[in-house]
Amino acid sequence: MQSAQTSFENLRKDFPILKRTVRENKTLVYLDNASTTQKPNQVIDAINDYYRNHNANIHRAVYALAEEATELYENSREKIANFINVKDKTEIIFVRGTTEAINLVAYAWGRDHIKEGDIIVTTEYEHHSNIVPWQLLTQEKGAKLEYIGMDDNGELTLDDLDKYLATGKVKLVTFSLMSNVLGTISDADTIISKCKAAGVLTLVDGAQAVPHMKVDIEKLGCDFFAFSGHKMLGPTGIGILWAKKSVLETMSPFHGGGDMIREVHKYETTWNDLPYKFEAGTPNIADVVGFGAAIDYLSNIGMTAIRQHEIELTSYAIEKLSQVKGLHIYGTKDISKRGGVISFNFADVHPHDVAQIIDEEGIAIRSGHHCAQVLMERLNVAATSRASFYIYNTREEIDKLINSLNKVARIFKL
Amino acid sequence: MSNADIYHEMIIDYSRNPINYGKIEDHDVTFHDSNPLCGDSIDIDMKIDGDKVSDIKFHGKGCAICMACSSVLTEIAKGKNIKDVRNISKTDVLGELGLENLQAVRIKCALLSLKVLKSALYSYLGKHLEDSSDVDKLKEEAASLY
Ligand SMILES: Cc1ncc(COP(=O)(O)O)c(C=O)c1O
Ligand SMILES: [Zn+2]
Repeated sequence: MQSAQTSFENLRKDFPILKRTVRENKTLVYLDNASTTQKPNQVIDAINDYYRNHNANIHRAVYALAEEATELYENSREKIANFINVKDKTEIIFVRGTTEAINLVAYAWGRDHIKEGDIIVTTEYEHHSNIVPWQLLTQEKGAKLEYIGMDDNGELTLDDLDKYLATGKVKLVTFSLMSNVLGTISDADTIISKCKAAGVLTLVDGAQAVPHMKVDIEKLGCDFFAFSGHKMLGPTGIGILWAKKSVLETMSPFHGGGDMIREVHKYETTWNDLPYKFEAGTPNIADVVGFGAAIDYLSNIGMTAIRQHEIELTSYAIEKLSQVKGLHIYGTKDISKRGGVISFNFADVHPHDVAQIIDEEGIAIRSGHHCAQVLMERLNVAATSRASFYIYNTREEIDKLINSLNKVARIFKL
Repeated sequence: MSNADIYHEMIIDYSRNPINYGKIEDHDVTFHDSNPLCGDSIDIDMKIDGDKVSDIKFHGKGCAICMACSSVLTEIAKGKNIKDVRNISKTDVLGELGLENLQAVRIKCALLSLKVLKSALYSYLGKHLEDSSDVDKLKEEAASLY
């Protein structure tokens, strides 16, 4: 168990990329963790070891290598199930990422269960991956997409939810557990209990939450849950869809092909058991193994300690950024309601220009709409700058960010 | 290019006080485009008298490079013959601001307004006679600017 600040700094040695320099010999300061995180040796080595020593296709052969590969693959599934407190690991479906998980639900559940006149409810601070699949589905079905609004503090206005639920037409409520732009942590307990009382299913986008705090699916009580490996030290191209068995059993397959079948005849096919019914084709075995190593790494540190580290860093960053003249931070300042994501605008300087100027100091932050244009419209801005933290970030790095912003101020004569 | 080369006085000034910024209510042609990657978003309105671009204005939201290049571009185009406006090249715009070596990720910021201008022209010319293969050529040119 790690707890003190210094032990987090110790973790940096596990991340080879943090040692490199960028631009004019500047140490990399990586503050775009909401987008994707860096990978520790433990994850890189696990993938390497898989290809060097265990590579084979899974679930298809009796020889030794195939057995090892299958075991590694299934072990990762079990680790992930434990990590988010899922008792039945056949409810854990490997997909490419959050985007694919949500599309799977929209396609395999939505096509059978959504009909004309139904309502799907999302929120104003969703990532495009939790908006566009529902637009496609509702447009196809003649159903309606509605939005839970957001107040000026960056928190959802749950009265909107009551209003939609009262119509009796809502079939699904889908929301992000943590906003990738504002860092707002949604009041999931309230949303889910309201939906349960109304007999409405819920989908939780956990892409930003799972990497940064303890998430307990059983306690949460939702019906679908999605997240991505690459935002939590794991490789790209691997993610999870979890859904309640009773719900999965009402769903048609997503992709057809190998592994998802029990018996194929010329004109009809019967489906394999869960979760394989939803894992057609040769899966991304190596990255599943790498994802398992990332889960081990995070479990060793402990999610409570990670959240604490990020609370400390985020409080420090908010305090420092608030002192920069002309800098506006979006979202709540109540640290208990937000994660380590800070979106801001700096006077009249466009976020692209901010990002470019501080890039010369080796600082990587994101500028743009962050795949959340509905939210940008709500905030009435074209773009924001966004700094987002993870386990390896330090106070010194935040100081560097502040210093580089002073450079922006000088160039733009603020 | 380093920051000092990119963010010189002229760019900062143009970005704060863009030239030809605004709308032309009785325009003969208007066009809008944006960069999905960075979110810069530009509209260009033109007034065309005979074969001359008698007035041109732009509006929208963009970074300093986008705003400065839009200013410079509209300055170049204003009062010119359609034929000459068609021939405005990326180096005309970049050269005016010393941005010839701008890195690839920002080139879209710099050339968005030129793309919008070319698109506005083909949409105008498409409606006003001329040989259609010519219009197609212009269309292609706008699409392959960056
Ligand atoms: C809240 C949220 N949802 C969904 C996604 C999409 O994740 P991915 O690109 O891994 O599918 C992201 C990542 O950008 C996100 O931040
Ligand atoms: Zn730009």
